[in-house]
Amino acid sequence: MDEALLRTLTPTVIGVLVRRGADFAAAEDAVQDALVEAVRTWPEQPPRDPKGWLVTVAWRKFLDAARADSSRRHREVRVEFEPVPGPGETVDDTLQLYFLCAHPSLTPASAVALTLRAVGGLTTRQIAQAYLVPERTMAQRISRAKRTVSGVRFNQPGDVATVLRVLYLVFNEGYSGDVDLAAEAIRLTRQLAARIDHEEVAGLLALMLLHHARRAARTGPDGRLVPLAEQDRTRWDTRLIAEGVDVLQAALARDRLGEYQAQAAVAALHADARTAEETDWVQIVEWYDELLRLTGSPVARLNRAVAVGEADGPRAGLAALAELDPALPRYPAVAAYLHERDGDLLTSARLYAEAARSAPNLAERDHLTRQAARLNARLRD
Amino acid sequence: MAKYLLLKHYRGAPAAVNDVPMDRWTPEEVSAHIQYMQDFAARLETTGEFVDGQALSPEGTFVRYDGEGRPPVTDGPFAETKDLIAGWMVIDVDSYERALELAGELSAAPGAGGKPIHEWLELRPFLTEPPTITE
Repeated sequence: MDEALLRTLTPTVIGVLVRRGADFAAAEDAVQDALVEAVRTWPEQPPRDPKGWLVTVAWRKFLDAARADSSRRHREVRVEFEPVPGPGETVDDTLQLYFLCAHPSLTPASAVALTLRAVGGLTTRQIAQAYLVPERTMAQRISRAKRTVSGVRFNQPGDVATVLRVLYLVFNEGYSGDVDLAAEAIRLTRQLAARIDHEEVAGLLALMLLHHARRAARTGPDGRLVPLAEQDRTRWDTRLIAEGVDVLQAALARDRLGEYQAQAAVAALHADARTAEETDWVQIVEWYDELLRLTGSPVARLNRAVAVGEADGPRAGLAALAELDPALPRYPAVAAYLHERDGDLLTSARLYAEAARSAPNLAERDHLTRQAARLNARLRD
Repeated sequence: MAKYLLLKHYRGAPAAVNDVPMDRWTPEEVSAHIQYMQDFAARLETTGEFVDGQALSPEGTFVRYDGEGRPPVTDGPFAETKDLIAGWMVIDVDSYERALELAGELSAAPGAGGKPIHEWLELRPFLTEPPTITE
């Protein structure tokens, strides 16, 4: 039984049903039923055309359910649901499903859950595990999302930016249960990139690949955070890096820069350096300038200050930092780092301790606490 | 999404506006209060924002390792959480603003005279796993 194949086919089949006029929630239920049937019968009798098989069975399930729901008085409606032959099928239904699941009327959390369920083909239990919430809560989140989009017309042109934001959210989720969400996000983005010719889809795919390539080196065996400069670069996945760079270069060649391409370019420059010292910080500063021009994001401003500190020395970094709002998340951590490089250990130790208190996650807090402890020990000597 | 802990205190928090001890309420008022919190949790389940909630007994004991086979048990003199924490609810919401909104709503549970208690709830974010992309 090829579970990966089933997962890949799920969105296509849902898309076909919705295109034929099924309500989104009903289509999704029918496809789940068909998948159960597939798991039961395929090992014995593998179909020659798995997609065709699933569409046929899911459609039948949908008709059965529609019949049961509306009973005899709505029997005539069923006739309307007969498959529409002809050119309708040539449209890529999966693509439409991406847009539907990322519809702007959904909250980010709902869009993420619906995308993982309908496009990704994950079970509610798997999604609930990944997000550390009870299965019942996740089931409600998904069914609300389905209700929200059930009135949305399927043929509206989608908003690529919204879809990309949802996929980015999935990728950036640190949790992992049964399913690796980062890998899932890459799979879905690859699938999207194969269907839509858009430079930012490629940019996001490149960004994910380049970051995923460094994953094994990002944490130590005890789960502690390993900063970029200290990572064992032999543990980076060169195959993913090569692919990411290729995808990025093709995207950049189109000369329509977007925020994901700019971020991927920074990641590519890091991936390109054999040692931390060899990093091309001057070019990284330039990419952050582009990113600021595109988004004005405070995170980009802060990262730019770090890059300036590396390119032109800690004093220049501190000068860049002085122009920013000290209330920014991770501001004290960046200030601590630059002050240490500037030789002011006392200020640095104090700022590291301050940064640890406001850290948003455990790994970061522990890392910053260790930095403060290391400097305090040196100051005592 | 971010998870927040809504912490209900036995004491230690500033006094509620409608500050009447629960044992002076009418039984109906007590029921209404409990119902309010149950309805609140049930509604958050349907919005996909509920994670967990429990009430805690005011009984509690401080325990510390004090050598083989001898855990010391103490009852103070310091402040213990049994003095403080009455119960909690964990929610998983899209924003801090939403968490604030829900905490405010929970604080408005009816008390004596059917009026909102306006009790103080502590709202604290959970520490999370680090995001994949930080630079």
